[in-house]
Amino acid sequence: MIVARTILNIRLGLKTLMLHKLRSMLTMLGVVFGVGSVVAMLAVGEGASMQALEQIRSLGSHNIIIDSIKPIDDEQSGDSGARMSVYGITYNDQMRIAESFGDVRRIVPVKVLRQEGRLAGRALDLRVVGTTHEWFELVQRPLLAGRVLVGEDLHRGGNPVVLTEFGARRLLAASNVIGQSLRIGAYVYEVVGIVESEEGVAGGQTPDQQIDAYIPIQVARQRYGDISVRRQAGSQEIEQVDLHQLIVEVDELEHVERTAAGIAAMFERFHGRPDYAIRVPLALLRQAEATKRTFNIVLGSIAGISLLVGGIGIMNIMLASVTERTREIGVRRAIGAKRRQITGQFLIETMVLSGLGGAVGIGFGVSIPALITMIADMPTVITGWSIFLSVGISLSVGIVFGLYPAVRAANLDPIVALRHE
Amino acid sequence: MTLQATNKGAAIELREVRKTYIMGSQEVHALAGVTMTFGIGEYWAIMGASGSGKSTMLNLLGCLDRPTSGNYRLYREDVGSLDDNRLSDLRLRYLGFVFQSFNLIPQLTVRENIELPLFYLGWDALHSAERAAELAEQVGLGDRLGHRPAELSGGQQQRVAVARALANDPKIILADEPTGNLDSSTSAQIMDLLQTLNEQGKTIVMVTHESDIAARAGRRLHMRDGLIDRME
Ligand SMILES: Nc1ncnc2c1ncn2[C@@H]1O[C@H](COP(=O)(O)OP(=O)(O)OP(=O)(O)O)[C@@H](O)[C@H]1O
Ligand SMILES: [Mg+2]
Repeated sequence: MIVARTILNIRLGLKTLMLHKLRSMLTMLGVVFGVGSVVAMLAVGEGASMQALEQIRSLGSHNIIIDSIKPIDDEQSGDSGARMSVYGITYNDQMRIAESFGDVRRIVPVKVLRQEGRLAGRALDLRVVGTTHEWFELVQRPLLAGRVLVGEDLHRGGNPVVLTEFGARRLLAASNVIGQSLRIGAYVYEVVGIVESEEGVAGGQTPDQQIDAYIPIQVARQRYGDISVRRQAGSQEIEQVDLHQLIVEVDELEHVERTAAGIAAMFERFHGRPDYAIRVPLALLRQAEATKRTFNIVLGSIAGISLLVGGIGIMNIMLASVTERTREIGVRRAIGAKRRQITGQFLIETMVLSGLGGAVGIGFGVSIPALITMIADMPTVITGWSIFLSVGISLSVGIVFGLYPAVRAANLDPIVALRHE
Repeated sequence: MTLQATNKGAAIELREVRKTYIMGSQEVHALAGVTMTFGIGEYWAIMGASGSGKSTMLNLLGCLDRPTSGNYRLYREDVGSLDDNRLSDLRLRYLGFVFQSFNLIPQLTVRENIELPLFYLGWDALHSAERAAELAEQVGLGDRLGHRPAELSGGQQQRVAVARALANDPKIILADEPTGNLDSSTSAQIMDLLQTLNEQGKTIVMVTHESDIAARAGRRLHMRDGLIDRME
């Protein structure tokens, strides 16, 4: 019975609001913007933290990643045909980190080579990474066939190579490639496995572009050395880079930032120029939280002000409505409506108004993040609970700001109300 | 003053009922001690000069107000001691109001206006609609159920108001100048309606200025300065 009565009250509310369409729409605006801001805010915040979590998951929350970067001033050094630049992470850096920081569990070096690869008569320019078996422990790459590098590969003296899915595709190799010989530069390797390639290239572990193959770092050092020569339109570019990347794994999450600061200080001292970059995935989370906070403050203020203004607007209109409908209230009371039934009627009417505003606001709030994603290329996620929250907020606005007019309506003296012009 | 005792018993009993309004330093005795009995099934017209207390009396009878002092019994129930909720309940179950200015709710249709008391009585939609259609038929507006009050003439609106007053099957119908805003021919229609209702056993108390209207009632009560002047 109460449900049926509530439905009738909602219908009556809608009817009354339809009587003044423009007025009702203008009244709803505040709630529309308020709720829209709430949904948008939560979507942006959620998107930022999801992106951060995604990156942390792929980069490892315990890891500190150091990349070698070619300094800009190196580009114009030397005026003859041959340029030689020496930069980046050195073997000494690796040793120093291992010796200086007790919190470091392991350090994985990464050396990138460009060599010609030959498989079954096909020749290609390959990007090869020299690293240790621990790389495959720190960086999760699902195995597609065969095996990854293992500890024994260092001592066994065999020359294993693990292809990436990408590399295998380029070499037109199927999974039966396992056991076959791949020639890299002047040396021969045995293909032992295929792993999945890294998905998003940006911000990944391996520098630059997609990697084709992995070999043990000792083998890479012995066979190819640290100097690479690249020929470009008549000139030669000679580079000496010991290591292209170091992945430092820290034992405890609480020690990550401390260790990162220590490593940064160490590099600052020994390098003296920015030929390296340190990335701390955990810091991404902090950054995401900061972004989230900023958005929350900005949009939260907008939401708060809009909801307040909207609420006051609704209250204003409802007070006017109570005055306009004083006679109606008198009639209902004379017929036998109790005070709380009058309160209920007006409260439901206000909630219909704010609820409609909230619904339109949710529509806005869903499209704003889509725009943000399109324009600012920021990920946004609209969660179910943010919609729930918005519905709750808009109905609460209705209750909070509708209560006073409703109670005022209910407390009118029926005789006075009936005489009202 | 003699108490009106009918063989059917009393619908309303007033004993030394006073209603006093305090306007600044001045006391206005809208009712100055009225003792009166309205018997079940009687049809009364209350007459008197403007300001003599007719509407005040009717509002009291209608449980819209409580007396300043004195005793009011509605079907033996002492109204003076009841709270707002119980008064609302009495209005809902025992009483039907007809006003001078019709007082229909403009955004509701004829059917919805008639259904209003049933809404508060908690009737379901189906039965309410049936009853509203029946009542509209009874007042000769069976074909206007979907119309809004603004689309009806004054006489038609007042007939809707009578239908609404009848919806809860009240024991007593209270009418404050029901024909005050109507011309003589539509007034006559309303008076016919009230007479039929009285013949069906409803107790009716009606306030009016016009003696020819009052003449249609079985009994007449003349008021002066908040007191009963005479009865006929
Ligand atoms: N709410 C009020 N506050 C103060 N005085 C009131 C109030 N209601 C009525 N009165 C006074 O009580 C007296 C009786 O008023 P009432 O409305 O009962 O007269 P009435 O007989 O219905 O007159 P009319 O024929 O003009 O309708 C009047 O003097 C009026 O001024
Ligand atoms: Mg009057």
